[in-house]
Amino acid sequence: MTWSDTLLRTLKDNEVRLVAYVPDNVLTPLINAVAADNYFVSVGATREDEAVGTATGAYLAGLRSAVLMQTSGFALIANALASLVVPYQIPAILVISERGMLGEFNVGQTLVARTMRPTLDALGIVHHTLTDQSTLRFILDSSIKQAFTTQAPTAFILSPLLTGGNPAAHAQLL
Amino acid sequence: MNSERTSVATLSRMALTRRLVERLKHDEAVVAGIGNTNFDLIAAAHRPQNFYMLGSMGLACPIALGVALAQPQRGVIALEGDGSMLMMLGSLATIANMRPANLTIIIWDNGIYQITGKQATATGGVTDIVAVARGAGFPVGEWVRDAAHFDALIDRRFEMGGPVLLAAKIDDQPGQGRQARDPPLIRRRFMEGLGTSRD
Repeated sequence: MTWSDTLLRTLKDNEVRLVAYVPDNVLTPLINAVAADNYFVSVGATREDEAVGTATGAYLAGLRSAVLMQTSGFALIANALASLVVPYQIPAILVISERGMLGEFNVGQTLVARTMRPTLDALGIVHHTLTDQSTLRFILDSSIKQAFTTQAPTAFILSPLLTGGNPAAHAQLL
Repeated sequence: MNSERTSVATLSRMALTRRLVERLKHDEAVVAGIGNTNFDLIAAAHRPQNFYMLGSMGLACPIALGVALAQPQRGVIALEGDGSMLMMLGSLATIANMRPANLTIIIWDNGIYQITGKQATATGGVTDIVAVARGAGFPVGEWVRDAAHFDALIDRRFEMGGPVLLAAKIDDQPGQGRQARDPPLIRRRFMEGLGTSRD
């Protein structure tokens, strides 16, 4: 099983049915698999905070949801997290493909990536950096269950160690 | 150009919100954007199916889309100010492409950021929010000509084939109700109103 297969299976096992996303190269297999599977309601959003809003509405109305985004997109959602997700106790499942390290070629990505964990920590959002297929299923499944049970958001940061990183990046590096 | 939006009557947000709520007979969900939109909804009726945002400016329509997708049998209404809508224009494209037939968006357009000091918005200038919605792919986008037209549009909103966006030119009167500021309570009450609470 690839990391994408494991993530998709774990979302299904936890009845997470709406997936809102802004595209990302690394997330492509997961985005495509969700779109091809009638179990899921797939929502392609124009911005990451929009995706967080739609995922929140779906949860409130009884449909568990997840949001897929890239590191730079995470930088757009601080206000949505601080004014909606955290105070309203929304168990948002945030899946973030990590750019900005381990072979990044875009200096903007290296800088914005450094804002991600401090933002999550400042808001008290539990986050896990996923590096290893062997622990992936346990971390995802237990944390998603914890999120819905404790009425709290959780973030999964998909490290290049897990995903192999951006497939287009290698050709850009000196 | 823009003759439609400049020929409609200037209406009262409070009066239209009351007219809207009176016409909701099926526990429709109403998601209200921040500020005066919220205040007037609370003043009109503090229904369990109302969701009040506190700070996530622009997210009323995305939240309402999520509610509409999760409960396709329930009517869902997003109330949003022009300034907030301008912050999240992309969501109109998303909604038009998702085509939730049960979703109606109502824009209160007074052409100003009323609550921050009445600075002009783009819709106070040349931008026509109904034309933007139509261009985004909304099958129905209508300017509200007067209060009776508003009632008729609300009553006919499912027949017209959704999603529907209505925009009303409104005056600059401040909102009348008092904001609820207890987010967990707002969430819990809304979920009870939608039948999704765990207990």
